[in-house]
Amino acid sequence: MGLARRIIPCLDVDDGRVVKGVQFVDIRDAGDPVEVARRYDREGADEICFLDITASSGERETIIHVVEAVASEVFIPLTVGGGVRQVADVRRLLNAGADKVGINTAAVFEPELVARASDAVGAQCIVVAIDAKRDDRGGWEVFTHGGRKPTGLDAIEWAKLMQKMGAGEILLTSMDRDGTRSGFDLALTRGVSDAVQIPVIASGGVGSLDDLADGVTEGGADAVLAASIFHFGQHTVGEAKQRMAARGVEIRW
Amino acid sequence: MTRQRVAVIDYGMGNLRSVSKAIEHVAPDVDVLVSDDADAILSSDRIVCPGQGAARDCMAALVRSGLDKAVVDGLATRPFLGICMGFQVLLSRSEENEGVACLDVVPGEARRFESPLLDSHGTRLKVPHMGWSEVEQTREHPLWHRIENRARFYFAHSYYCDVEETESIAGRATYGVNIPVAASGEGWFACQFHPEKSAQDGLQLLKNFVSWNGTC
Repeated sequence: MGLARRIIPCLDVDDGRVVKGVQFVDIRDAGDPVEVARRYDREGADEICFLDITASSGERETIIHVVEAVASEVFIPLTVGGGVRQVADVRRLLNAGADKVGINTAAVFEPELVARASDAVGAQCIVVAIDAKRDDRGGWEVFTHGGRKPTGLDAIEWAKLMQKMGAGEILLTSMDRDGTRSGFDLALTRGVSDAVQIPVIASGGVGSLDDLADGVTEGGADAVLAASIFHFGQHTVGEAKQRMAARGVEIRW
Repeated sequence: MTRQRVAVIDYGMGNLRSVSKAIEHVAPDVDVLVSDDADAILSSDRIVCPGQGAARDCMAALVRSGLDKAVVDGLATRPFLGICMGFQVLLSRSEENEGVACLDVVPGEARRFESPLLDSHGTRLKVPHMGWSEVEQTREHPLWHRIENRARFYFAHSYYCDVEETESIAGRATYGVNIPVAASGEGWFACQFHPEKSAQDGLQLLKNFVSWNGTC
């Protein structure tokens, strides 16, 4: 047996609180990152991803406290992204207990940041997040600022450059599919996964358990990330693993 | 009775919080001291040496802080656990950064996964080796107590520990190649995976370490 494909619930955190309506009947405070993370750990999540969407820069410290609190009680890998602009941000998140830090917009403005961060803390700690939209030439374009600003960059070429700069992993989100619950953009996932040697996390569009399995079997993803399918109690991580195993995907029990 | 103290060596390389919190979690009656002070480390009952980052930086940080000697002395005198880079620095050398001399406590070399790396079906494998792999316990060891053989642990690495003395290997995993992922000798244990991030089985290993008398 080899490496298990990972299932990663993703939580949006605003000013220290989990948002976008996590709905669990069996936890006291669905806004508490520690409680929600603990719940996903119990369900068998292989990793947890926090995306800090705090708008005001004055509240940046809150995500550090969130990571410290979660890492003190939940002992599975934590990936944290959102608002990372310099190597010092990466270090602070790692020292707080994050295992990997996601860099998105800042990498587009300054690709060298990825190289410096990777050099400082090791490639295995650096995840480059890519938000991609289909263009009219049959490819995909990189967008920044949560999918609002086009960059003119080709997503596959960008992923290859980020690997060269020292990214240890790519978190690939289809902006076309995000929120649609119509499944991953499998052609995008396959295109990037085949183009790079580093692991790729598929994201954006999961609406069913088979979508998760498709991300691996057809998209070639090394890990699959989802939010609402788990948050709203539609499915547990355990159910996702059962379906993936039934589809021949190696998972961790 | 005085409380047992576990020192987590702080040489400025990475996430010490997760390790120290995980030990506190499994052993609330133990004091965990995160320290860069050699005397404090060497007056503790047990030592954990974590670490992440590049070999060159880790070795430089150890030497600069004078903690290289504390690692070697500590490993020889009390139960010692090396994790990830804390395992690799114990080897003779690393291939990383065009070759780095390491502490040479455990004969062997940290080698990069070959490229392209293929599994037994010829499918290309990604590097870093990132995620949960089964660990085969190649021999009995107190640190495997209550952990099922082939339990999965969390890995995140691009270089693996090619340990020369096969009798010191305690665990193996297969990722393209069959690699040593745990080794042990009198009073020390070292693992490539991250017990502090490996859920229940990882916590069990840390719990085993805290009660280990050093024999194997």
